[in-house]
Amino acid sequence: MALLALLLAALFLISLLLGRYPKPGFLSVNRLMGDPMAQTLILNLRLPRALVAIMLGMSLGTAGAVFQLIFNNPLVEPGFLGVSQGAAFGAALGIILGGGAWLVQGFAVGFAFLGLGGSYFLAQRARFGGWVLRLVMAGIVISAVFSSGLGVLKYIADPLSQLPEITFWLLGGLWSVTWVEVRSIILLVAAGMLIMLRMRWRLNILALEDEVAFSLGVAPGRERALILLSATAVTAAVVSVSGIVSWVGLIVPHIARRLFGADARFSLPGAALIGGCFVLVCDDLARTLLTGEIPLGIMTALLGAALFSWLMTRRSIKVR
Amino acid sequence: METPLLAFDQVSFQYRESQQSVFNNLSLSIAPGTITAILGPNGVGKSTLLALALGWRKPQAGRVLLAGRPLNAYSTGELGRWMGLVPQSEDPRFEYSLLEYVLLGRAPHLHPLEMPAEADYQAAHEALETVGMAHLQDRSITTLSGGERQLVLVARTLAQKPRLVLLDEPTSHLDLSNKIRLLNILRSLVEQGISVLLTTHEPEVAAAVATHLVLMRAGQVQHAGKLEDEFTTGLLSETYGVPVQVLRADGRRFIIWGLDENLPAKVNLE
Repeated sequence: MALLALLLAALFLISLLLGRYPKPGFLSVNRLMGDPMAQTLILNLRLPRALVAIMLGMSLGTAGAVFQLIFNNPLVEPGFLGVSQGAAFGAALGIILGGGAWLVQGFAVGFAFLGLGGSYFLAQRARFGGWVLRLVMAGIVISAVFSSGLGVLKYIADPLSQLPEITFWLLGGLWSVTWVEVRSIILLVAAGMLIMLRMRWRLNILALEDEVAFSLGVAPGRERALILLSATAVTAAVVSVSGIVSWVGLIVPHIARRLFGADARFSLPGAALIGGCFVLVCDDLARTLLTGEIPLGIMTALLGAALFSWLMTRRSIKVR
Repeated sequence: METPLLAFDQVSFQYRESQQSVFNNLSLSIAPGTITAILGPNGVGKSTLLALALGWRKPQAGRVLLAGRPLNAYSTGELGRWMGLVPQSEDPRFEYSLLEYVLLGRAPHLHPLEMPAEADYQAAHEALETVGMAHLQDRSITTLSGGERQLVLVARTLAQKPRLVLLDEPTSHLDLSNKIRLLNILRSLVEQGISVLLTTHEPEVAAAVATHLVLMRAGQVQHAGKLEDEFTTGLLSETYGVPVQVLRADGRRFIIWGLDENLPAKVNLE
């Protein structure tokens, strides 16, 4: 675990020096000292971008681990309760209404929570099945509604200006990140992460059946709602600046459990660190590999799939 | 008279989704220091009775009292320190080690943000020792058989150290030797002053370990009392709706049943 934290710190420093200025590759420290342009570049572009990449990876990794545990389902990812589709719909709506970055971001967060609220409301009204099953079903329904709405928006979008923008948003990327974006999400991300990490041992009990959790002195409904809300908040916050970044919330928790075991006391911080490293590396590759940007969502899916199939075919590698 | 540990006072209950009520004006009291077995056919409401005792299900009418106080006067955490539940089965999807899983029993003793400490690990390890699985404590729970898993659930409740242990069909997956091990554990709990309430559809289990018996049929308590008064040919035949015969040997009780109306007329005890 300490090793992972060190790795993340090292990757962070490397990311600051890595780029295509003045030529592709690393910026030497000597050059950095004497070049005010390089200093501005690092302080105003690479630093906030690397910070958001880390927040994005940590949030999606942790929230994914939380969702998988609470729904007792290893195939769940943090956006599935209508959160991702809601954010996508909100962002597309913001783009079509011709709003600036803040409108797109605000709509993305707003509709992400609307998605969660809708799923929750529908699940409470459902007349059959256990609470978890009802939530999953409601999440699928709400996601479908938003995704059809997104289809309508794409259909009516201006194909020359708005449609490409929507498409890029859906592929995810951090090219437009500045300190403004960092400031706009850092409080929400920090608060949500703090709640999830502080409650992480308790989370193991929330993964048990309601009656059993209750018999262990836990109020399953209340505590589960609090932790789900935290997971959704961090997801909505980071997705609102990055767009849809696939696979991180699904794969990172699996890697963390393979390395640290199922107990959320270890797998949750593990997922946060692995997610931070993973997205940082993906974003570094996305911005340096080609002269143009590769959308981050493409990078995470590609690298994530490769990494995961390698892990799947290896025998258990527990480090703890 | 001594205050009952657990008392059902005219309890009526029905599930939200269902038209039929499970219990109507059910009254029952459990004395401290006893092993009480709830015996009855499938679907009679035995598990629901445990859920009501636990405070997880709330009755529409009547009250459930724990040590003389109504359950809703206790906080969830307090209830977790008073009562522990061993569910019939659990299906963990993720690869917890046995020790990590049993450690979860310490939750009611810890603050929501607190992490388990050395003493909690100690309690979990001892509980695994009691059920004879300490040597497997680093194994993954997903690799266990149904019976082994049932013993782990028992260990989790032992680590919880409640004053009243509720068990739902605790022997349903156990082989003979583990069944005997479990029943001995229950007996030693009572010697430590901990009370036990279990449901079972196996009369043999009740006969072997219980001090008190509750016979249920169709949402009603038919009879309740000391084992020797209730474990009789007449009452058990009535409860199950089929003819059975109770035999006694060496002060122990055995139940005999046959596939048709004719019970074996002659029994040779070896």
